[in-house]
Amino acid sequence: MAALDQTQVKEGVDQETVDAVREVGGAYKYGWETDIEMEYAPKGVNPDIVRLISEKNEEPEWMTEWRLAAFERWTQKDEPNWAMVSYPKIDFQDQYYYARPKSMEEKPKSLDDVDPKLLATYEKLGIPLKEQMILAGVDGAEDAPAEGRKVAVDAVFDSVSVGTTFQKELKQVGVIFCSISEAIREHPELVKKYLGTVVPVSDNFYATLNSAVFSDGSFVYIPPGVRCPMELSTYFRINAENTGQFERTLIIADKGSYVSYLEGCTAPQRDTAQLHAAVVEIIIEEDAEVKYSTVQNWYPGDENGKGGIYNFVTKRADCRGDRSKVMWTQVETGSAVTWKYPSCILRGNESQGEFYSIAIANNYQQADTGTKMVHLGKNTKSRIVSKGISAGKAQNTYRGLVSMHPKAKDSRNYTQCDSLLIGDKCGAHTVPYIEVKNNSSRVEHEATTSKVDDDQLFYCRQRGMDEEEAVALVVNGFCKDVLQALPMEFAMEAQQLVAISLEGSVG
Amino acid sequence: MALPEVKQTATEARLANMVMPDAGCTRAAREDALARVLEMGLPSRRDEYWKYTRPDTLVSPEAPHAALFNADEPMLFDEFDRLKIVFVDGVFSPEHSDDLVLEGVSIDRIEDICCKDIHWAKELYGVLESHGQTPVQRPLAALNTAFAADGVAIHVTGKPSKPISLIYKHRSESSDAMLHHIVRVESGAEVTILENGPAASRFNKCIEIDIADGGVLHHVRAQGRDHERRAATHMFTRLGQDSVYKSFTLTVNGVLTRNEQVVELTGDDAVAHVAGACVGDGDFHHDDTVFVTHDAVNCESRQVFKKVLRNGATGVFQGKILVKEGAQKTDGYQISQSLLLDEDSQFLAKPELEIYADDVICSHGSTSGAIDETALFYLRSRGILTKDATNLLTLAFLAEAVDEIEDAALAEAMVARLEGWLSRHS
Repeated sequence: MAALDQTQVKEGVDQETVDAVREVGGAYKYGWETDIEMEYAPKGVNPDIVRLISEKNEEPEWMTEWRLAAFERWTQKDEPNWAMVSYPKIDFQDQYYYARPKSMEEKPKSLDDVDPKLLATYEKLGIPLKEQMILAGVDGAEDAPAEGRKVAVDAVFDSVSVGTTFQKELKQVGVIFCSISEAIREHPELVKKYLGTVVPVSDNFYATLNSAVFSDGSFVYIPPGVRCPMELSTYFRINAENTGQFERTLIIADKGSYVSYLEGCTAPQRDTAQLHAAVVEIIIEEDAEVKYSTVQNWYPGDENGKGGIYNFVTKRADCRGDRSKVMWTQVETGSAVTWKYPSCILRGNESQGEFYSIAIANNYQQADTGTKMVHLGKNTKSRIVSKGISAGKAQNTYRGLVSMHPKAKDSRNYTQCDSLLIGDKCGAHTVPYIEVKNNSSRVEHEATTSKVDDDQLFYCRQRGMDEEEAVALVVNGFCKDVLQALPMEFAMEAQQLVAISLEGSVG
Repeated sequence: MALPEVKQTATEARLANMVMPDAGCTRAAREDALARVLEMGLPSRRDEYWKYTRPDTLVSPEAPHAALFNADEPMLFDEFDRLKIVFVDGVFSPEHSDDLVLEGVSIDRIEDICCKDIHWAKELYGVLESHGQTPVQRPLAALNTAFAADGVAIHVTGKPSKPISLIYKHRSESSDAMLHHIVRVESGAEVTILENGPAASRFNKCIEIDIADGGVLHHVRAQGRDHERRAATHMFTRLGQDSVYKSFTLTVNGVLTRNEQVVELTGDDAVAHVAGACVGDGDFHHDDTVFVTHDAVNCESRQVFKKVLRNGATGVFQGKILVKEGAQKTDGYQISQSLLLDEDSQFLAKPELEIYADDVICSHGSTSGAIDETALFYLRSRGILTKDATNLLTLAFLAEAVDEIEDAALAEAMVARLEGWLSRHS
């Protein structure tokens, strides 16, 4: 972190913020690797590899066909180049598309049968898979007091899911939480009905590739009226070298249900860049609500920009039912290149979408991230709060779309995106697209803080604060609110981020 | 890289009947520009920079027909003392124009700059346009540099006593006009340039403006009248140290208008304000595309754009502030707002920031919505008719952009036009 230590910080930027960024972007803690015997499919991607992955997952014929069709589409697609990121051309034939620990050849029947090395890996990451252990913070799992909080975890190691905890307990209330490969075998009717309906097979280059070669991921189904009794979590770990990870997550929240879902990810420190292209699809029916939180902490490359994960992710939630609600919260600190736009399709009347993002880029990291809010239903509401912080030689871009369709009467959007630059060698960019096609909707894109709630401001000012102080307090308070709302899992990371203030930020 | 086939075909079709003027010393600049056009191809609807505006009719080989309207209103600026330079369907008209003589400024036609050996003009023609092609391509401007047959070179060396007024008359219902002006404001000089008139059925205009250290240029433009006209205009402005550029554009009607402003602040402490107000009814598409580059210390830029839209009109705003590495103490501001008077109209915006310096203040905002019901109710409760109250609130909405005009009399003239439009269209 020498680079950041020497950086002159301009007046007005909170020292605490700089320290927090330094802390977050400091020595990568998860850079070790697990020495475990792996089984690889041959390098490269072609119909045979697609068939092989399908076969390894013991998939039915229709799924294989679905994948092959996706592969066919992928060969006709061009790599997107509109994002403000630059990286050497990826050789898609020079990657392993399937890698699994040898010990996973025979599917373990329960967690007790799982290779101890794998369990130890997750233990070391702070994600114990033993059910009696209770998660409390990523850093200090062993000494943290058990507070009776349960989180069910699906652990994905390279291309396969090694185990899912608390499945029985969840089953009692009708919640299905398992790996997607298991869901394809056990619940084909649900998978068939929903897979690819939010992110179509040919949606974009990376999503299409993912559709062809995804090896595993998580599947969640919450039946009508059920409030999921615990938080669900997936922990992704890339371990093998030269291996791309392509996971697929499908979450279905049926009428009136609720679930909070967490996602975490890390990878070992290597000199060569690795590819990660995931797809997350969420379907939200009437009156249901889904909270999806991510702390993305893939290996970001070293301070000279060597190595790191290329993170090309398509995440989308479809609020199909009336009054459905989705909330994306993301903390992006890792990856050499991030290309990620968690989106909300607000189809149901009175549905709501929220997007809270903190993206921190340091050294040579490049982040191009944001969201899409597509308002289709009446009285739909969306809110976007994005904070981007760049340090070192990093580039951080917010890219977003707010679209009000002619039929989305009386809808509302509020967008706020702030950027903070630490040092004079980095860049911060904002690329919002705003499309308003009816006049009863209100859309506001603000980078200044003048749209902070007037009542709160008035209250603060009445207590003798000047306007700037009051605005800062309200905005910071809001930012902290979001962070503190992050589930316990992420408490440790979030705590560090709370120190971040956006004083001195630019629109 | 080879152009996509569709683009290649469209570009070839457009160029088929074009003849490059035989213009001596600008010849090289024109041939370079043609090479740029061939390399870039003309815009197509699939281009990201044309995401919200369909360029088809701006690049088609023939200009679409545009009917003439007989408006009772006198031409704008008629009451102002000014030096008139008149173009009819894109051709300079000496009989309508004043003598091109005014203290503190020299004015020549582009075709004369070679025989008179005007150095500054030869060194400016096509230069800012060519420079403005990165990072975003503007092929219509290159097309203009290559083929514009007329235009003036304005050299400002002092403080002329009255504004220079460029008037564009429209007489032929199928005219396809292309004008290219160049302006050089010398150190310490100050000038006001006015532009008005419907120009042609299809109008492609390019102005290159070079403002030396301490120079000041005010630009006020009105695009109105003949509704079926189409226009693509480009203004490339380079600012030296302590120089000032203030531009305001009023657009009323016009089936398709794309106004591009490319501003580059290259000297410290320079100030650039670009503003626009537009009112559109029905089959109206208006696009403001602005690109401001800060490449010096302590500069200020403002972009203020307001659009009032009704009966299915479309307003587009693509604005960008680029702060280059080292351009510290930049103060960049950008606001784009639309007032949608009914359900059918739409506003499409892309307000961008790209910042590579850490000690800067840059903010941008964009809003869209209907007229404030509470304000309307308040006015009505004071006995004002709904129609009048709506007009009052609409004018108030547009005021922030009109306020960017420094000269009170010119600002008033703009407000009068807006009032006239509102009373005719409510």
